[in-house]
Amino acid sequence: MALKKVKGNFERMFDKNLTDLVRGIRNNKENEAKYIAQCMEDIKQELRQDNLSVKSNAIAKLTYLQMLGYDISWAGFNIIEVMSSGKFTLKRIGYLAASQSFHCDSELLMLTTNMIRKELNSQTQYEAGLALTSLSCYISTDLARDLSNDILTLLSSTKPYIRKKAVLMMYKVFLKYPEALRPAFPRLKEKLEDPDPGVQSAAVNVVCELARKNPKNYLSLAPVFFKLMTTSSNNWMLIKIIKLFGALTPLEPRLGRKLIEPLTNLIHSTSAMSLLYECINTVIAVLISISSGMPNHAASIQLCVQKLRILIEDSDQNLKYLGLLAMSKILKTHPKSVQAHKDLILQCLEDKDESIRLRALDLLYGMVSKKNLMEIVKKLMLHMDKAEGTVYRDELLSKIILICSQNNYQFITNFEWYVTVLVELAQMEFGSRQGHVIAAQLMDVCIRVPAIRKFAVTEMAQLLEVYASTSQFTIMQEVLLAATFLCGEFASELENQEQTLRAIVKYKTLPQHIEAVFIQNIFKLFVNIMLKLEVAERYDDILALVDVILSRLSDAVMSGELEVQERASTTCVMLKIIKEAMEIKKKEDSTLITDNEGIEKPSVDPSHTLAGELMVLFTGELNPVAPKAQKKVPIPEGLDLDSWINEPEEGSDTDSGSEIVDNLFVKPEKGNFKSEKYQPELTEEELQKIREARKYEQLNNPHYLKGGISKKSFDSTNGNIQTIDNIPVKELDLNIPLKLAGQKRSDKYLNLDKDKKKSNKKKGKKSKKHKLESSSDENEQEIAASLVVNRNLELPEGATLSDSESSHGNMDDPHRALDIDLELPATLEVLKKKEVAIDRVKKSKKSKKKVEKERGVAIIDEKESHEDITQTNNEDVQPVDDHEKKPKKKSKKDKKDGDKKEKRHKKDKNRDKDGKTKTSSRNKMPEPGYEEAVGISTPSKEFQS
Amino acid sequence: MIKAILVFNNHGKPRLSKFYQYFSEDMQQQIIKETFQLVSKRDDNVCNFLEGGSLIGGSDYKLIYRHYATLYFVFCVDSSESELGILDLIQVFVETLDKCFENVCELDLIFHVDKVHYILNELVMGGMVLETNMTEILTRIEDQNKLEKQEAGIIAAPARAVSAVKNMNIPQQIKDMKLPDLPQAIKDLKF
Repeated sequence: MALKKVKGNFERMFDKNLTDLVRGIRNNKENEAKYIAQCMEDIKQELRQDNLSVKSNAIAKLTYLQMLGYDISWAGFNIIEVMSSGKFTLKRIGYLAASQSFHCDSELLMLTTNMIRKELNSQTQYEAGLALTSLSCYISTDLARDLSNDILTLLSSTKPYIRKKAVLMMYKVFLKYPEALRPAFPRLKEKLEDPDPGVQSAAVNVVCELARKNPKNYLSLAPVFFKLMTTSSNNWMLIKIIKLFGALTPLEPRLGRKLIEPLTNLIHSTSAMSLLYECINTVIAVLISISSGMPNHAASIQLCVQKLRILIEDSDQNLKYLGLLAMSKILKTHPKSVQAHKDLILQCLEDKDESIRLRALDLLYGMVSKKNLMEIVKKLMLHMDKAEGTVYRDELLSKIILICSQNNYQFITNFEWYVTVLVELAQMEFGSRQGHVIAAQLMDVCIRVPAIRKFAVTEMAQLLEVYASTSQFTIMQEVLLAATFLCGEFASELENQEQTLRAIVKYKTLPQHIEAVFIQNIFKLFVNIMLKLEVAERYDDILALVDVILSRLSDAVMSGELEVQERASTTCVMLKIIKEAMEIKKKEDSTLITDNEGIEKPSVDPSHTLAGELMVLFTGELNPVAPKAQKKVPIPEGLDLDSWINEPEEGSDTDSGSEIVDNLFVKPEKGNFKSEKYQPELTEEELQKIREARKYEQLNNPHYLKGGISKKSFDSTNGNIQTIDNIPVKELDLNIPLKLAGQKRSDKYLNLDKDKKKSNKKKGKKSKKHKLESSSDENEQEIAASLVVNRNLELPEGATLSDSESSHGNMDDPHRALDIDLELPATLEVLKKKEVAIDRVKKSKKSKKKVEKERGVAIIDEKESHEDITQTNNEDVQPVDDHEKKPKKKSKKDKKDGDKKEKRHKKDKNRDKDGKTKTSSRNKMPEPGYEEAVGISTPSKEFQS
Repeated sequence: MIKAILVFNNHGKPRLSKFYQYFSEDMQQQIIKETFQLVSKRDDNVCNFLEGGSLIGGSDYKLIYRHYATLYFVFCVDSSESELGILDLIQVFVETLDKCFENVCELDLIFHVDKVHYILNELVMGGMVLETNMTEILTRIEDQNKLEKQEAGIIAAPARAVSAVKNMNIPQQIKDMKLPDLPQAIKDLKF
């Protein structure tokens, strides 16, 4: 036996230790994985030994391997063994491994409770410190609950080292076990005035973290912090305090007023940049929350902006970055004072540092005006060319679109320019998602600004032609979708419809959702052309076009994608019917001509032609739709969305295929499917019926946008009938992109703009040089007309845009649990919580019941709800003393408010990102809670006097 | 709060990783990789703040880093930390390492990652800054090292012996040892 042990020990002498492992890995670079696998085996061997120091050696190696990405959770039990060692050296290894690999859901943690408790009460401060440090990484709810008292006692330890760690540990405990916050809070408060600066600093740190959630609780600490701020010289702590004040001021304006002076003093006096920066930040927060009514409000803003300018001008990139960051906070409330430094910000756009450029871009949003928009965008476009890496490019693109489209294109004076910019952007390379953004913008502009449609459609037609004729032409495919859609939708604005159609038909391989749109719009455009040709009785031309399209679509009919296939086949069938009809008409026509030679033909009424009838399929105005319109469509009474209309069959219904993949279009083209059944020989009467049915359907269909049915397609074509014969139909074979490539076309608008300004100055001088021949006055009128932006958004009746629905809080937020009102007495808090819980139970029951009732299932409600509520309802049933009744009532009131509050906080969380929390949480101080708020504000009076 | 502290070299090899929020090992590696890619492509004369780590945090989080010779020290922090303050903290951390290892270099971190962890634990605890005063930090580290040495003196003698023996590199020495050629020696023996 003894021999065995000796032998074992001897073998252990040649065990690898951590250094050997590291050395080994470095020496086996080629087959590292294999080497490590072998080491893992050794480690497993070592862990089977009884000797703790051997085990600890193995654990130390495992900790290293964990850093390299190896899962070591299987060794959890061994880690705990090493942690329980009596020796500090070994313990240290165990606790380190635990902090690196344990996590709070691990069941192993149950085993550690008593061991850690023993450690916390250890005589050696470093052992307790070790346990605290390690525990802070993996504390679970159970551990927090079981150990919170032990940690709380450590707060009054004689050793500052322990107190400091215990204070920080308390925050972790609060996170996992929020119930501990209330009893521990007074102790925490004491620690703010601890004799040891380290403990003080730790306590400040914890309160700062706590104040991120429900800062109202910590208003009462303001005097203490104020004292600390004016007396302490520990910059680290000062920064934290000043940050905390930034969070508190929105709740208590008086505090803000009190703060301004010492903060401005600090700004003037401190040499530490970090402190200066935080001071400025808090002053900004104060100024935002007070907004006005303070004597030297403007002066303070001025001071901040000035100091920030110094930071931005500094050669240190870090300060530059932070300066811009703080500027953007001022921008939100005081745009004017920032605008004064436009030069500086534009200069930062040129910086070689991407972080700084991004910050400057953020600021740019507030810098634009009608006058300088074009110039700024031109600059950004130049950057776009230089920018490497798609991240910055994407950011530039979204910023360009953001600044141009803000407030419904408020700053755009020339939409032709904007469309040109978009077209240019479309030809650059971006990340995958950006094509979608440009496409959406193009469509949005065209739909909202009727005056630009002609220009935009012409541009789009050019794009499509060049795309079809050359192979090297790069363009984002999503943009092609927009181009085709616009050409089809606003076909009447096209100059040469047939040429465009022929270009579109030549499309190459496309993603399926785009191809579907192509097919749909080919047909739309075709019908438009057909109308003209039919009126002119040029049946041969129609037949020729039909053949071109049919030959192209023969591939698409065989597409693997349902959407493409379906549209293609529908279109093909339609075209074949048209073909037949046209051939018949052609025969009639030729006989007619031979019969009555010399007799003038009666002019054809466009609405009586086949194409005219087909046009009905595509009438209807397209309107911008509010983003939430779909959600707001009220469910009609008596409609149960859950119940089956018909029992489901195994075969899928055809309608489901008609849903358009992309939500780009709000108008589902229903005609597509019905049209299959249409016969070419529809009488006017039948057509009328169908129209009526369609209108009726539209009326009842919540998804259909009601608008006056436009007659544009009929009217506008009328005028063109005479001239249509003169258009020579020639296939253009463009090998070179004629107009699109080359230098920036959008620049010409900039020049135009400048020219115009000049010409405005020299009134009377004719603008011969200008590309536009009209005088500048006319020019302006024209522009004014083109500036009409349709700002209305379609919404279902009765719904308004303002009410937001996106109140989904982030349930994963670890700080959520800390949303406790410390000012409320504990019992109330508990009651409130319980009642909220009841409320929830009731609600969920109710909704369940509703559903079930509607489904006609009889249920016994009493029995159902009884179970859940008995436990909580007891409180209501119990006889209550008089003085207990009072808070009761109040708490009921609170319950509702609490409910609301919860929602608010969720909202706030969403807004946090926008930095708007301050104002919102301030406005939303709940009424009953206000009494307590008065209580809080008294301390701040103290230091006012 | 500090969410993670990462130290890696110019090639992205991790030298220290400390996460104050649980991530699986795979995720940790991905985060290190992503962070390295973000940080390494930046010039030395640009600012030390970086947004856009997609794996860790989100919009509220920032990467604050410093580059020393061959090593990157990266802190991932949320908005409650002061940016410049964290930069100072990194400086304190590195200076402390320098004091403890006497002219710290990458090799020290490679072979003594455990010690680096112990030092870091005196600066940051559970994602919150524990101490920024370097003399205080050094005292604490010194005290604990003493504690270890004491233990080594009393109880861990065998372990010390083992490590001493190891440093002698016995397997190699055995190989290197020149034994007399035995058959020859036997032959030489004269009876």
